[in-house]
Amino acid sequence: MSGPIAKRPLESLFELVTDRWTDPFWQAARERRLVAARCASCGRFRMPPGPFCPDCLSQEIEWPTLSGRGSVYSFTIVARAIFPAMEECIPYVPALIELPDAQGIRLITNIVDVPIDGITVGAEVEVVWDERADGVVVPRFTLVGNGRTDEGRRA
Amino acid sequence: MTIAGKTAIAGVGATPFYRRGRSVPQTLEELVCKAIIAAVDDAGLTVRDVDGFAFYSEGFDTPKLMETLGIPEVTYTATLTGAGGGSAGAVGLASSAIVSGMARNVIVVGGTQQAAQRFGAITSAYEATPDTAFFASAGLVGPGHMFALLARRHMHRFGTTREQFAEVALSGRRNAIDHPDALMKKPLDLETYLAAPMLADPLCLFDFCLESDGAVAVLVTSVERARDMKQPPAIVAGCVHGGERDWGRSLYWMNMPEETFVSSGNVAIARNLYRQAGMTPADIDTAQIYDHFTPMVIAQLEDFGFCGRGEGGPFVASGAIRHDGGSLPINTDGGQLSGAYIWGMTHIREAVAQLRGTAFHQVRGARTALVTGGPSSLPNSGLILRRD
Repeated sequence: MSGPIAKRPLESLFELVTDRWTDPFWQAARERRLVAARCASCGRFRMPPGPFCPDCLSQEIEWPTLSGRGSVYSFTIVARAIFPAMEECIPYVPALIELPDAQGIRLITNIVDVPIDGITVGAEVEVVWDERADGVVVPRFTLVGNGRTDEGRRA
Repeated sequence: MTIAGKTAIAGVGATPFYRRGRSVPQTLEELVCKAIIAAVDDAGLTVRDVDGFAFYSEGFDTPKLMETLGIPEVTYTATLTGAGGGSAGAVGLASSAIVSGMARNVIVVGGTQQAAQRFGAITSAYEATPDTAFFASAGLVGPGHMFALLARRHMHRFGTTREQFAEVALSGRRNAIDHPDALMKKPLDLETYLAAPMLADPLCLFDFCLESDGAVAVLVTSVERARDMKQPPAIVAGCVHGGERDWGRSLYWMNMPEETFVSSGNVAIARNLYRQAGMTPADIDTAQIYDHFTPMVIAQLEDFGFCGRGEGGPFVASGAIRHDGGSLPINTDGGQLSGAYIWGMTHIREAVAQLRGTAFHQVRGARTALVTGGPSSLPNSGLILRRD
């Protein structure tokens, strides 16, 4: 496969703000662990994590570590800069990823480091980690064993 | 108790429509006031007769409007939560005030001026919160990036094609070219559509609505009073807003179950609206469908029952939505794709024109018109107007 490689969105567009219910996700990311919020009472996953399970209203929450494998539910290719600062980061690929070990939720993320023309709905992906200059670590995904060019990137 | 059949749109007013930022040096407040003045004049009233405001999408500052326009007293001032999804629904909010006796003549107004902030990049202007982190980190900068994710899933699930998206854009452009109020005048053919830059694949330039400036206001009153006013009433046969939790924050959430993800989040809106109006899709003569992105028009045609789930693509490709010969002419003023984007209000304006028989692209014998608001983060909304 050839063609443009999927890059990463502009870092300055994203400022991490957390609260007690979302912070464990980002803390685990710093440890390179992909986790998801699961109701400790009824076992239902929810994202983003909020203070109550919408099924049983329990506030008991647990954060199982996931395999980091998933599949592409949908994706788009951002190839046009809405403002000039975006020029350096296009094209990039926002994607929705479903996780076999966290049924019922999707992550909104990016597919990176692979030729864009190889990305399809249903493709198998695995997590990679981006560490930013400010220490925030962001999970992204790349195609499993398919044209990967990088194990991840250190900012 | 129902609002159905008890209220009417008695006046409609609008500013000229401008490309993004071109309405300067007029202020947004000035545009909104011009639309209100025009709407009450159209009804044969004066601004002093206005005693209520029903807004959506954060609305405008009621006391400032009163101060500016010399409105002596209001007995109702309310705003639907959410964003553009409430545009059609604000007419229901106004109607609820009238039916309950809280106000007599209620203004619904929408206006945009994108000189300072492009809507195309609106999500990047949101204040960072714990929730925005989950989409902002992926570089979803504008609504187009988000709706592209919905569009691709619809394509994957049902085989919907770019050529079918194109039909929505081409139909809208044909309606706009000779329409005196529409912004886009250049003919659009399939070849040009397919050659356009992809802004958020699978969406190209022509799948996006316009970014424009302007304001549109309507005056809602009781059917009885409307009959004594200057224009033939456009009766509110039904108007609902809201939606289901499975759609919820939709484009900012992306966790909708599959059957909802491939919809426009309007299944419940359609069900409640038809029930309230005592109508079915077969009763609708023309529809003004909120067209911020072409695939969302296709999904709404499915949700509102004009075709089956997944059949929206073939439905539009059949020519069904064309104003010249289609079974369901839509967006007869060019819509938001080619006419002007005023947060859904042009759709209400055009529906009223169709029922008065004064539309530029008049649907012959139109007696009913559907207007939709959204899809967006809830509320979505729907309105059915009918002739008296």
